[in-house]
Amino acid sequence: MRVPFSEPRRLHTGDAMATLHTRSAARLMIAPSVLLLLAWMIVPLAMTLYFSLLRYNLLMPGMEEFAGLTNYTYFLTDPAFFQAIFNTLAIVLGVLFITVVGGTALALLLDQPMFGQGIVRILVIAPFLIMPTVAALVWKNMFMNPVNGLFAWLAKLLGLQPFDFLANAPLLSIILIVAWQWLPFATLILLTALQSLDEEQKEAAQMDGAGAVSRFIYLVLPHLSRAITVVILIQTIFLLSVFAEILVTTNGGPGTQSTNLTFLVYAQALLQFDVGGASAGGIIAVILANIVAFFLMRMIGKTLEA
Amino acid sequence: MARNVSTGRKLITTVVAWTIGILIFFPILWTFLTSFKTEAQAIASPPVFLFFDWTTENYAEVQSRSDYLKHFMNSVIVSFGSTLLGLLIAIPSAWAMAFSPTKRTKDVLMWMLSTKMMPPVGVLVPMYLIFRNWGLLDTRTGLVIVLTLINLPIIIWMLYTYFKEIPGEILEAARMDGASLSKEIIYVLTPMAIPGIASTLLLNIILAWNEAFWTLNLSAAKAAPLTAFIASYSSPEGLFYAKLSAASTMAIAPILILGWFSQKQLVRGLTFGAVK
Amino acid sequence: MGSITLKNVSKVFGAHAVIPSIDLDITDGEFVVFVGPSGCGKSTLLRLIAGLEDVSDGEIVIDGRNATELPPAKRGLSMVFQSYALYPHMSVRSNIAFPLKMAGEDKATIDKKVQDAARVLNLTDYLDRKPRQLSGGQRQRVAIGRAIVRQPGAFLFDEPLSNLDAALRVNMRLEISQLHQQLKTTMVYVTHDQVEAMTMADKIVVLNRGRIEQVGSPLDLYRRPDNLFVAGFIGSPRMNFISGAPAADHGAHTIGIRPEHIALSTDQGIWRGTVGVAEHLGSDTFLHVNADGIGTLTARVGGDFAVTHGDQVFLTPDPQHLHRFDEKGMAIR
Repeated sequence: MRVPFSEPRRLHTGDAMATLHTRSAARLMIAPSVLLLLAWMIVPLAMTLYFSLLRYNLLMPGMEEFAGLTNYTYFLTDPAFFQAIFNTLAIVLGVLFITVVGGTALALLLDQPMFGQGIVRILVIAPFLIMPTVAALVWKNMFMNPVNGLFAWLAKLLGLQPFDFLANAPLLSIILIVAWQWLPFATLILLTALQSLDEEQKEAAQMDGAGAVSRFIYLVLPHLSRAITVVILIQTIFLLSVFAEILVTTNGGPGTQSTNLTFLVYAQALLQFDVGGASAGGIIAVILANIVAFFLMRMIGKTLEA
Repeated sequence: MARNVSTGRKLITTVVAWTIGILIFFPILWTFLTSFKTEAQAIASPPVFLFFDWTTENYAEVQSRSDYLKHFMNSVIVSFGSTLLGLLIAIPSAWAMAFSPTKRTKDVLMWMLSTKMMPPVGVLVPMYLIFRNWGLLDTRTGLVIVLTLINLPIIIWMLYTYFKEIPGEILEAARMDGASLSKEIIYVLTPMAIPGIASTLLLNIILAWNEAFWTLNLSAAKAAPLTAFIASYSSPEGLFYAKLSAASTMAIAPILILGWFSQKQLVRGLTFGAVK
Repeated sequence: MGSITLKNVSKVFGAHAVIPSIDLDITDGEFVVFVGPSGCGKSTLLRLIAGLEDVSDGEIVIDGRNATELPPAKRGLSMVFQSYALYPHMSVRSNIAFPLKMAGEDKATIDKKVQDAARVLNLTDYLDRKPRQLSGGQRQRVAIGRAIVRQPGAFLFDEPLSNLDAALRVNMRLEISQLHQQLKTTMVYVTHDQVEAMTMADKIVVLNRGRIEQVGSPLDLYRRPDNLFVAGFIGSPRMNFISGAPAADHGAHTIGIRPEHIALSTDQGIWRGTVGVAEHLGSDTFLHVNADGIGTLTARVGGDFAVTHGDQVFLTPDPQHLHRFDEKGMAIR
């Protein structure tokens, strides 16, 4: 895969220190990382692939037998699977939408002159530093709880019926919690990018008679495209595998309404002890991640070339 | 840079930004406040904000009920251990890729990062079984190993981008001055790269501290870091807001403070050198 | 002490031969300058001597010892880099001491040698500063200090003055020349600036596309360039080249005449032309003249020569300083 990171310019062409001695030393020094990651990539993945072809349940040790593609047909015909695929994509897209739009707006705001900018930045950064389990539990109990949560109190204050978020809109609730955690990341990256926008360019555009809106569309947005790409890419990697937030809030429910692929495989493996089925699900998750990565690259490849 | 902005506009911006900032921060603030309330005050309606009887008994109870300190130590050992181990492996690799690149260097880097694209559930089952068979389940060693592996690509990439900014001539000068490769790395490269290494260290400690897939699935009671410790509060018997808040505050405070103090490095690290 | 011999040295990157094959002798104590346009391979050649790159073929002999396979540190050479390559996290003192520390010398010796070097280079007051607190010229001196404490067999300089402003460059040029006279150590110096080459070198090596065009003393190259390339590269302003009928008159494909070897007159001479631009420097006057049937010629007159754009002048080349070249660009003698 291609990744959108900048390539710092070489300072001069002689940087590549090319003697036989340094080259062989370099190979030696890179070896541990490569071997470790290779092992990490191949060994468990090969095992997953192998298990996925077995009928294998931890509760029935010694009963393993070759099962062909049964696990896959089982997994792929399970309605929960389609729900999980949908939920996975909904979480990724929903969170991306909220964080990119919200992050851009917030970055534009924080880029304006104001009093106490440093403190506001500290406040905005904070959710990124919070562990997922804490974030999810705090939101679940202290805000979204239909009896004691702050939202319930607010609703009553406004004369409305308290809404049981996690029971009635579990997926949306999870998307909101995860978006809260990732909003700082998007904001900070976009803010950094904004601050590198040449002030003179903005002034030139102003001289050319561009209003605030056209300055944003023709100047700021193109400048941010690279940063937005980075945000989308990095977040997608993490969002495809949202897990803890689901585990501690809804446990995938009600039913499978908030089960994503990661959670489905987890449940299959560690709750039902079905190694074969979970492995098949794992392989499907890997394939899905690759498909997403592929389309992501196609979609944003152009931005990165620039 | 001296833009002329009227004080009025600046004031409006300030009010809007502060309001949004406080709203975003509010769940954390609320958690912090609630941790000092009694359980009754914690669920009082209307909610009490500042005027309640501040108490620290929740903290004492959390510690005595579920041994916070043990889990805190687990978190420290696992996050620092995996990050330091990762740095040790990554520094030589990043040196090699930054200063002795070959035609394949780029591909190797991309491949390393692509291992991050692999969803952890894809290898959950075998990792669980391997850990079970090797007696690594619910051990800190096991968690250090897994977290080192999952953060290694990020560590290597970040160090690589920082190292690339160091002019190769300086390392060549060290070489002319008679430094061996190990001395070149220890006396010249590492001290010069301290800011970059610091942000790498910081970001990866945060990522490891908050990692909540492997830590939840591969640890139980003994080695459970704070992520898993908190997860135990999701069960109905944990439905005591004040105690949940106290436990949460203790779980997030160390990393929150660390993150705030090193905001600059953090922001730099967050962008992975991708956005200047 | 510091003789360097290159035998058949070549350097190939991929399919591209940066240096096809070079033989060169540098004798002990000599100040040798490698000069040529950018991309001519002069820096690569220096890095091969330093051991920062492997030769693809050939042999490098330093002090009578085959050094082709030796790592940089074992060759007994010091190098001053274009960017100075000072260690930014170390004080001036630690920078200069670094090679001694790497060589495992004891603290007292290191201190003494650093003090000596600092005195020679006027750095005594700056020993505890960091490189970023120094001016360009001071950084340059620290880099030289770091090079001299090791008492190397030879110094290698890679375009050391190119980051300094013009005035400082003239100063440092002088200082490096003086240093050479004091130390009498071999110096190999790379530059693209022919003025630096002319003013500092005992011996100039003119390189072009990885080949040696000519080796000789500065005045040798000025007076008797072997070919068009050297003739055009050495000397400022550039030599005028004329081909066609005027060259055929002298039995050559191309003739060359330096601006300072053209006599100017307002009433008579061999070639007639109109002044395009006249540059009055006070000490000299440079005239860019459109000569009839020849093209643009540059001429130089000492002192002031009162003409201006559009005036008619006559130019007469000094036959004694006329250079003749054949169709391959080689000098006819």
